[in-house]
Amino acid sequence: MSKIQVKICMGTTCFVMGASNLQELIELIPEKYSDSVEVCGVPCLGLCSETKKYSGAPYVKVNDEVVAEATTEKVLKQIERILKNGQE
Amino acid sequence: MDKNNQAQHLKREILVRTIEAFFSDNFEENTRLIAYDMRPQGCEVPYRCCIHKERDVIQHRIIANLGLSMEEIDERKLLSDYARKAKERTELEKDVLTVLETACQACVPSRMFVTDLCQGCVARPCVESCKFGAISIQNGRSVIDGSKCKNCTKCMQVCPYHAIVKIVVPCEDACPVGAIAKDQSGHATIDFDKCITCGKCVAACPFGAIHEKSQIIDILNRIKEGKKVIAMIAPSVAGQLPCSIYQLNTALLQCGFNEVVEVAQGADITALNEAEEFKERMQNGDKFMTTSCCAGYNNLIAQHLPEIKPFASDTKTPLYYTAELCRKENPDAITVFVSPCVAKRRECLDNPNIDYLLSYEEMGALFIAKKIEVSTLEPTPFKTEASREGRNFGILGGVAKSVEVADQGQSEIKPYIINGLNKQTIRELRNYAKKGECEMGNLIEVMCCEGGCVGGNCCVNNAKTATKTITDFTKDSKPLK
Ligand code: FES
Repeated sequence: MSKIQVKICMGTTCFVMGASNLQELIELIPEKYSDSVEVCGVPCLGLCSETKKYSGAPYVKVNDEVVAEATTEKVLKQIERILKNGQE
Repeated sequence: MDKNNQAQHLKREILVRTIEAFFSDNFEENTRLIAYDMRPQGCEVPYRCCIHKERDVIQHRIIANLGLSMEEIDERKLLSDYARKAKERTELEKDVLTVLETACQACVPSRMFVTDLCQGCVARPCVESCKFGAISIQNGRSVIDGSKCKNCTKCMQVCPYHAIVKIVVPCEDACPVGAIAKDQSGHATIDFDKCITCGKCVAACPFGAIHEKSQIIDILNRIKEGKKVIAMIAPSVAGQLPCSIYQLNTALLQCGFNEVVEVAQGADITALNEAEEFKERMQNGDKFMTTSCCAGYNNLIAQHLPEIKPFASDTKTPLYYTAELCRKENPDAITVFVSPCVAKRRECLDNPNIDYLLSYEEMGALFIAKKIEVSTLEPTPFKTEASREGRNFGILGGVAKSVEVADQGQSEIKPYIINGLNKQTIRELRNYAKKGECEMGNLIEVMCCEGGCVGGNCCVNNAKTATKTITDFTKDSKPLK
């Protein structure tokens, strides 16, 4: 089974809009799900560039799904959901 | 409360939109439209009772972004009129904070409250413990007489069922100097004679009802007019964004600033002078000295704690020395301090060498509006590079450490840190002043914000990560001595 990929956007827009708090996921996820989830901070995901799309920042990608206005709780919930339904 | 919450998110989004409106072809009209764009007809109403109230609150936030006081607003005027007023203004208003009455929840006044958990027990420790005779038992339940209660919380502590709670008003509770009270309608008002502009209320209010009066429009206007504008960046900025301080330099230059200088340069001067001063004071028999670079603390001394004045260093702040240098080299230039905190707003207003203040939040919003991706930029070096110690001024213990380094073991320095001003630490300081000594140390670093400047109320990054980023970066900077 391949691991779930969590990409936290560390681009300028996402960072200013609140991604600084998501940095805790980089420590938290390996502690909690070291065998099944991989996490990393990535440069701008390119989601913020459309008009007014900064209002949805910060963005996190969990596999291919985008979590907008991401919080630690939202991201963890998304991971749990995928784990429960089995990897697609 | 976490600094990056939804109230903060909303505040930053409105800030970005205000800046975008400034760069558009019709600032006044596009400013007026922001609230309608954010909450179009038929959209979901996320926070307030109805769409009209939502828009109203957004508009009032914009007024604060325009640098105007809510207290002086004429409701009949259009927002576009205020945008024009902001654009044409050449002088700044005095008080740095404003309360958005529409956003203020007028929370229930702070008091002790008996919840349904009260069992009307036989022991009745609450009645016994109340020194003011404010509690009686009625219909088998404790009742507090508000006219007698002094909010001492004794009853709360002794209740075996934890049935008594203290209702707090977050802004009042956060204010270390009792400058916030409710007006007749229950809304928060700030007494500016008491307010030390620390900004703790801004961060504490869950409705985001207290706002700084921004100077961003003034700054952008000066840049647009083609004036030479210099950005003076505070040391703590190095930990704010996912980029190096040299890339940040490039980003600010791209925004139209002509030059960027590190306030850490001034911090080097502060450290050297403060070390000299410390040595002299100790030789003259003083028992302790406090540092003097924190604007919140300096306001506290002036307004509430004159007794500690004789023990506070007379050395000027890093910003003071930096602004002096900038003015000397470029007498005609506009100087802008890039700041982690609200308290510096007052220092900037009071110092003729500093024209404006741009907060880290506002700087971040400016980068978003300008679509600047900081991590992809080429680095630009500074004309003068500051030292490691100067660059560490913004992290907890950094100031005391720099004085120690500057002193080079001449005096016996025993540093002690006041990590954040609150009612308790203010009492502590008052005590040291009264006794004329401090058993905890002889060099007291006082930081108004917990964690130092990286914990400032306008910071984008959290204090812990910012501190780590800064220490990693400054490892390779040149030493002060
Ligand atoms: S900064 Fe996150 S999507 Fe662009």
